Amino acid sequence: MPLRRIDIHMNKQEYTITVYTENHIGLLVRIATMFSRRKINIESLNTSPSEAEGIHRFTIVINEIEEVVQKLARQIEKQVEVLKAYYNNNDEIVWQELALYKVPTDEIAEKVKVERLLREHGARAVVIRKDYTIFETSGHREETDKLVEVLAPYGLIEFVRSARVAIIKNSKGFHEKLKEFDEAEPGEEVIENEFLDRREEVFTM
Amino acid sequence: MSTMEQVKTSKAPAPEVKPVKETRELSGSQAVLEACIAEKVDTVFGYPGGAIMPIYDALYDYNDQLKHILVRHEQGGIHAAQGYARSSGKVGVVFATSGPGATNLVTGLADAMIDSTPLVAITGQVFAHLLGTDAFQETDVINITTPVTKWNYQVTDATEIPSVLAKAFYIAKSGRPGPVLIDITKNAQIQKFPYSGYTKCNHIRSYRPKPIVRKEYIEEAAKLINEAQKPFVVFGQGVILGKAEKEFRAFVEKSGIPAAWTILGLSALPTDHPLNVGMLGMHGNYGPNLLTNECDVLIAVGMRFDDRVTGRLDKYARQAKLIHLDIDPSEIDKNVKTTVGVWGDCKETLPMLTKLVNARVYPQWVDRFRECDKEEIREVIQEELNPTTEIMTMGEVIRNMNEITGGNAIIVTDVGQHQMVACRYAKFNESKSNITSGGLGTMGFALPAAIGAKFGAPDRTVIAIIGDGGVQMTIQELGTIMQTGVDVKIMILNNEFLGMVRQWQQLFNDKRYSFVDIASPDFVMVAKGYGIEGQKVSKREDLRPALETMLKSKGSYLLEVMVGKENNVFPMVPQGCSVSEVRLK
Repeated sequence: MPLRRIDIHMNKQEYTITVYTENHIGLLVRIATMFSRRKINIESLNTSPSEAEGIHRFTIVINEIEEVVQKLARQIEKQVEVLKAYYNNNDEIVWQELALYKVPTDEIAEKVKVERLLREHGARAVVIRKDYTIFETSGHREETDKLVEVLAPYGLIEFVRSARVAIIKNSKGFHEKLKEFDEAEPGEEVIENEFLDRREEVFTM
Repeated sequence: MSTMEQVKTSKAPAPEVKPVKETRELSGSQAVLEACIAEKVDTVFGYPGGAIMPIYDALYDYNDQLKHILVRHEQGGIHAAQGYARSSGKVGVVFATSGPGATNLVTGLADAMIDSTPLVAITGQVFAHLLGTDAFQETDVINITTPVTKWNYQVTDATEIPSVLAKAFYIAKSGRPGPVLIDITKNAQIQKFPYSGYTKCNHIRSYRPKPIVRKEYIEEAAKLINEAQKPFVVFGQGVILGKAEKEFRAFVEKSGIPAAWTILGLSALPTDHPLNVGMLGMHGNYGPNLLTNECDVLIAVGMRFDDRVTGRLDKYARQAKLIHLDIDPSEIDKNVKTTVGVWGDCKETLPMLTKLVNARVYPQWVDRFRECDKEEIREVIQEELNPTTEIMTMGEVIRNMNEITGGNAIIVTDVGQHQMVACRYAKFNESKSNITSGGLGTMGFALPAAIGAKFGAPDRTVIAIIGDGGVQMTIQELGTIMQTGVDVKIMILNNEFLGMVRQWQQLFNDKRYSFVDIASPDFVMVAKGYGIEGQKVSKREDLRPALETMLKSKGSYLLEVMVGKENNVFPMVPQGCSVSEVRLK
């Protein structure tokens, strides 16, 4: 047995924290203060209903070392209205961000080059008006950024990007977990035990 | 018919009549008070105001079932509720109005949060339709208190009150306890609704207060302990909060392992227990600090490795294998990496561990602690308890107090030098007898907390030991003592300085005494103004009789003792130093 366990990732990198919660007022602040209190900047935050009814899912991206992220996830999961908190690095998830671009229509109509650029970047027209056209694309940050760069010379009027949404590659979803949470007396196999079983790979309590 | 059946029939109970739950009309305010009564709360502390008037109006009719203590400031109210919770082991309840009433609770909530004290704070709030309009005495209490509460919730509809309060009490006292705040808008307090009784909460799906204990981790821990040559137990308030004093004592006695306490763990094990080796941390005992860095297995029970306990973390017990028993999984590996983390309620985990550890004694190892004690006595304790100086020391006051109380009193301390001295030297025979502000270090805590402690344990002697600085922070609570006639002995150890800061300025800031020279009123005269008897002593020969007068007096009493102005508390682990660099002078 090692004297003490050693942390693996000591370098800062992007981590995606996935939090399953009750849908209650005030929980956003409670979770946000977990980060602000430790002076950790949230790079992106998305919250919306999950696949399980009544359960919300937060997806939060931060840049930190693993040890910090692990402690944060524990503190988040400790909150009364939080069911689970997971954290993953970019290798363990599939993620997308959605971006919208507003461009003058005449530029688009006249310049074939622009159209080609849009095709190359997998963009889709959402709205076409006389004065402007709105395109949509989704992808990783670098991809959506690249299109901003490319559109800039053609009078990009406005640009907006959503937070990251991410699917954990080895996750089985939340339906089964929720059943366990609903039980007043959990069985031997419940979530809590993962904390001790696989505490080095995943955090969970 | 067989005999079996005969027996069965003859013993069969009368057909069960399911009691029809009667519904009656109650107001939200009445439902709040019904909840307190159902949760066996006998005393609440509070202060009325506009937005909580409906609850106070209802209280008028509940006076025979629920004692309300009118404090002089909401901070006093919440500290009193903390004292009540800490001396009784029950949930403390405080009422306050919206706006300033609620914001005045914040210090106490933060204190209860960091010291894991079960509290339910109920605040009034403006009418729901006025929320967000900057109404008179409106403040965003939920957001202000989010970081300092275990849970908080705003009620705008009275029908929610029974279930929300049931949740509040359940959350406050289960798992790792903590403060819960319920903010109730005035309309919800007034609103009448069909009330069908109060059902206690015992399950919230998103909340797991305690886990199923895993045997394999207990086994690993026991193996480490059984292989150890120099094991050392450090314990905290978890033992008291888990009501596991007996289980803890059984573990220590069977395993024969010396045990040292954090300031909040004090009194969980009697101070004169042969395996109690003293206090940990910045002003703890010499042996426990020094030998933390010599033990081979460190067993932490219900404590959280505060920086005041560990000193420099990268030089803390690096040589040792570490077992950590805690109910809060986020504490395991938080500050100190463990070899084996035992997640669970120590009331369950300790007996499991006791069963597996060998009955042993470590005479040589325990001797090391005793040798350190000898050195500490020679260098520090002898002079502190039996000073050769003309002016009295805080330590000798505590020694004299011990000799009279025999260690049977509840000691409530404030924050600073007197707190360290009192915790170092006070004797305790019983658990839940040491009440102090540990994690937050809240000056002004002791006087109101002592009031609450007395209501929580009315049969016990309660002595508040306070510095001349701290007492002036909440001195208005003398009014609460006056009005309620609660019997609290107040002992002010006056060194005419904000002593702890002065000590640091002396040691680390080149004696630049910046704003630590604090003037005090004539405390005895102030007490007299509140109808509280008292006296001031400056000479050694007067100390013992004065202490006896105080402890024999029928009601409250204030004793001011003048002590050495520039005395320092030693041993000391200076900030940023390792526990093994503990200084005796």
